[in-house]
Amino acid sequence: MNGVPLVWYLGLGLFMFTCGAVGVVIRRNPVTVFMCIELMLNAVNLTFLAFARYMPTPLPGVAAQPQNWVSGQAVVVFVMAVAAAEVAVGLGIIMAIYRLRNEVDVDDMSMLRG
Amino acid sequence: MSLVPSIPPTTEQALFLGMAGLAAAASLGVVAIKSPIRAALCLVLNFFVLAFIYFSLGAQLLGITQIIVYAGAIMVLFLFVIMLLNLSAESETRKKFDFKIPLAALVGLGVFGIVGSQVLLPLQAINQPLSANDWGKPQALGYSLFTVYAWPIEAVSILLLVGIVGSIVLAKRKV
Repeated sequence: MNGVPLVWYLGLGLFMFTCGAVGVVIRRNPVTVFMCIELMLNAVNLTFLAFARYMPTPLPGVAAQPQNWVSGQAVVVFVMAVAAAEVAVGLGIIMAIYRLRNEVDVDDMSMLRG
Repeated sequence: MSLVPSIPPTTEQALFLGMAGLAAAASLGVVAIKSPIRAALCLVLNFFVLAFIYFSLGAQLLGITQIIVYAGAIMVLFLFVIMLLNLSAESETRKKFDFKIPLAALVGLGVFGIVGSQVLLPLQAINQPLSANDWGKPQALGYSLFTVYAWPIEAVSILLLVGIVGSIVLAKRKV
């Protein structure tokens, strides 16, 4: 968008990332903790896209025309795929823990503590 | 200069400020609202607005993918699990003062201030998008994904396969 400086997008991404990081620390419900992790992933996606839009860089060995400079978008695709896999497995783990203990609270899950 | 909008803001600036304010409010809601289902709905709103911000960046394919994958599939999974577990608002039994909350807020403010001053301030001269206007079209991205990024795409497909198998194994009655 013309007229919108790069730092606005980066500022929004930074705000969302900070919200997610604070939420991971203060929330006790593992599902909400997962949602905060998704928030952080999306903030990073936004930052990737903003940088790719405003400061595009060619990959070495890729054709020189600018429409092939899509490294930022490719990274976002990979982040989305990893996030989908992570959510599927993570929510499965939460379900398994719930079946085992009938309550989910991250402060009480200390079975792995040595 | 570029950190504050021009008075009056241009149409694009006003549009972006509206969308960014909505997204920021929704992300605050995810952190602050106690009820998990309301937090999840805030997250849906955040992802949806974020898709429109992607559109405003010209990344059409990724905006649509954001709506389908995040606002559609992943959030349905979240809501499904919340309802399956019958999670209510976090228990109020431990009413004693939680020292983590002010500490985390302080750390968050610190991160925001440090990154903002060290990273954002030197970049504020960049005002014009430099990539081609059609950079977000499916043709360009798809061509790149299946030529330059062929091996990463294969790795991601294996990861998704492992995710499918892993979630089935975890969800089985007897592990």
